[in-house]
Amino acid sequence: MPDELDNKIEAKADTIADAGSVTSGSTAGIDYVPAHERPDQELYHSHSWWTTYVFSQDAKYIGIQYAFTAIGTGLIGMVLSWMMRLQLAFPGLGILEPSAYYQFVTMHGMIMVIYLLTALFLGGFGNLLIPLMCGARDMAFPYLNMVSYWVFLLAVIILLASFFVPGGPTGAGWTLYPPQAITSGTPGSSAGIVLMLISLCVFVAGFTMGGLNYIITMLQSRARGMTLMRLPLTCWGIFTATVLALLAFPALLVGCIMLTLDNLLGTSFFMPAMISMGEKLSYDGGSPLLFQHLFWFFGHPEVYIIALPAFGIISDLISVHARKNIFGYRMMVWAIVGIGALSFFVWAHHMYVSGMTPWFGYFFATTTLIIAVPTAIKVYNWVLTLWRGNIQLTLPMLFSLAFIVTFVNGGLTGIFLGNVTVDVPLSDTYFVVAHFHMVMGIAPLLVVFGAIYHWFPLITGRMLHEGIGRIHFWVTFLGSYAIYFPMHYQGFVGVPRRYFEIYDSPYITASTLHLNVFITIAALIVGAAQLLFLFNLIYSARAGEKAEKNPWKANSLEWLTPEMPPGHGNFGKELPVVYRWAYDFNVPGADKDYIPQTVPPSEVRSAKVEKT
Amino acid sequence: MKKEEGIFKILSQKPWEASQAVIDNNHDGKTFGISKAKLGVRTIMTVSTVIFSLFIVAYADRMLIHDWRSMPEPWLLWVNTAVLIMNSYFFHNVKISADQNNNKEIKRGLYTVGFLAYSFLIGQLIVWYQLMSLGYFAVSNIANAFFYLFTALHGLHLLGGLYFWGRVTSKFLRGNYKLSNIQHAIELCAIYWHFLLFVWLVLFGLMLFT
Repeated sequence: MPDELDNKIEAKADTIADAGSVTSGSTAGIDYVPAHERPDQELYHSHSWWTTYVFSQDAKYIGIQYAFTAIGTGLIGMVLSWMMRLQLAFPGLGILEPSAYYQFVTMHGMIMVIYLLTALFLGGFGNLLIPLMCGARDMAFPYLNMVSYWVFLLAVIILLASFFVPGGPTGAGWTLYPPQAITSGTPGSSAGIVLMLISLCVFVAGFTMGGLNYIITMLQSRARGMTLMRLPLTCWGIFTATVLALLAFPALLVGCIMLTLDNLLGTSFFMPAMISMGEKLSYDGGSPLLFQHLFWFFGHPEVYIIALPAFGIISDLISVHARKNIFGYRMMVWAIVGIGALSFFVWAHHMYVSGMTPWFGYFFATTTLIIAVPTAIKVYNWVLTLWRGNIQLTLPMLFSLAFIVTFVNGGLTGIFLGNVTVDVPLSDTYFVVAHFHMVMGIAPLLVVFGAIYHWFPLITGRMLHEGIGRIHFWVTFLGSYAIYFPMHYQGFVGVPRRYFEIYDSPYITASTLHLNVFITIAALIVGAAQLLFLFNLIYSARAGEKAEKNPWKANSLEWLTPEMPPGHGNFGKELPVVYRWAYDFNVPGADKDYIPQTVPPSEVRSAKVEKT
Repeated sequence: MKKEEGIFKILSQKPWEASQAVIDNNHDGKTFGISKAKLGVRTIMTVSTVIFSLFIVAYADRMLIHDWRSMPEPWLLWVNTAVLIMNSYFFHNVKISADQNNNKEIKRGLYTVGFLAYSFLIGQLIVWYQLMSLGYFAVSNIANAFFYLFTALHGLHLLGGLYFWGRVTSKFLRGNYKLSNIQHAIELCAIYWHFLLFVWLVLFGLMLFT
């Protein structure tokens, strides 16, 4: 079971901490740190190829496994979106059956939100970066961490298996609202929806195992001197997102379990009395609205489960590539924590058109606008970090800048939709599609790309190809605006979302139809650019330019390992000792423009930080 | 115990200042003065609490609708509740004997708690059987469905606990352990068992009074 050394320390900590504080004042110089009172973590050492690369307990490998699985699933989601766009642009070709269109909408949404972005940010970047950034040898419970990945893979397989069952995957929309999700007539209402619900339950179970690891590692196994407030903001973002996930995913689990029972056993948790195809069904008295509350009590925090790690990562990228400390570090931490707490009080803004008392809507409109305040603070702080910074237009910086613009754009339309009166007419139009793709599709993906360009040398020891990267950036950035800007306009003229074809409706203008073709062509080009990116990953991992150690001249611990890429146990013989926060860039008086976290004060005596 | 700082105090630190750096350099990298495993158990209990709370919210919401028919409480449920209370009590005793390093008592205690836990689960299954033979199926009324759901989830949590109980017991019987390790493991299991008793009392009380 647990590392027993840990337990004995519980009792001993008292005496040693006291001794430390006494000696620090009297004996040593400014570099003094008390002796390490916590014994080193006992690591699992693999002996075979299988346990090294497949059933690995090393968080770095698990992170890469997570990332590959998530990106692979995401590619399927991307192909689904291509098919939908082709259908919308050229309805005459009959590319998709109506039922297939709904199934693709559903699977695209679920895959992108949960199986790509959540898994990539928390499972991928979390596993890769948390132990390295905190200065730990590995996660707190490596075995559990390994199980977490395999359970996630199982969830993906169950999800994808629903493409091959009779009736195909569910076409209920990613929100899976009952009663239609499990009523005949909805595509995949027999086998597809069951597999979807089971897959989600499995995902939640696997995620809970992983999430336990992320937060306990960050809380309990940091390096000496690494206080919580010295952690890079990436860690803060992932930490808060994990806490959100641990509290929000249960709502999804509860909803999924009860919906499964309604479907398989015929209970009436969510299913009201209804007549289907002329026959009265055996259901009675269930409350579909209850499911919506449960779903969105999960669903809204889910937005921030994706956004908060992105916020954290982007803060670090901007700071490193503008060679400037992050503006308002404490404010950034407060904003992350504040957004996390507030995100549990805004869920019903997804349900304005479900029917609710006006006061309820008023309350949720207010909380929704309040959550814009800490979010706006973060945007201001990013801009102020750039202000008079030594901006390096590297690929990570380009993606960061693109993120800020895109996030502001999507956030502003969010303020529109957060108000009940504006939301009601817009809610079933392409305006909403444009809004959430900008704010939680494109914006986090730009962060993912920036982060991959930034940390690729840490994983492979090589740089990604710069030229291909620039083509990828410009096509992705401009292309995604070509896709989603016109959708705002389509929304305003009233083009309904979720329709697989709009036929010759009188209010649909010719420009709308032309825009549909334009959007589809842009989507195909942007998608193709992602294949270029994948080629770059494979090509550069094998033949890319060798990276020097700490290629971006960053301060945080992940770059300060004895070898790059870091080996098993991350930090060689001795764990690092931390003397400063991760943002000492361009400190007045210092020789170089960065001071890594492990540099003791005696080596940079001339550096002076202004008193605030 | 090391003095722990409150969350607001931590959040108001200015890590870039020289005076704060002197304090921070002495930090040993742990936030709480407890073991990782204990924090893990607490986290799991928090997540379980959220799950059960949401079910209770769903229950309270669904109860208001006209088709709700209350279900009889078989007397066996009272017996099962008593078994679970005893189970928790005996686990507390095992913890005490583990702290005193009383090997014989630990062994007997571990067997007892395992036996009681399995008896509880079997008792719950018998309650299910009784109810079904009386015609109270999950489909026939939503109150029944909630009963089956609650007992099943609680039972699954107990099975999860029994998995760790099995690991501790087999480790203990093989004799290949460090004392502090076993003491800690037993303590954590005991905490989890008390938690499950608490959950059961809440769920049982809820079903009893509605």
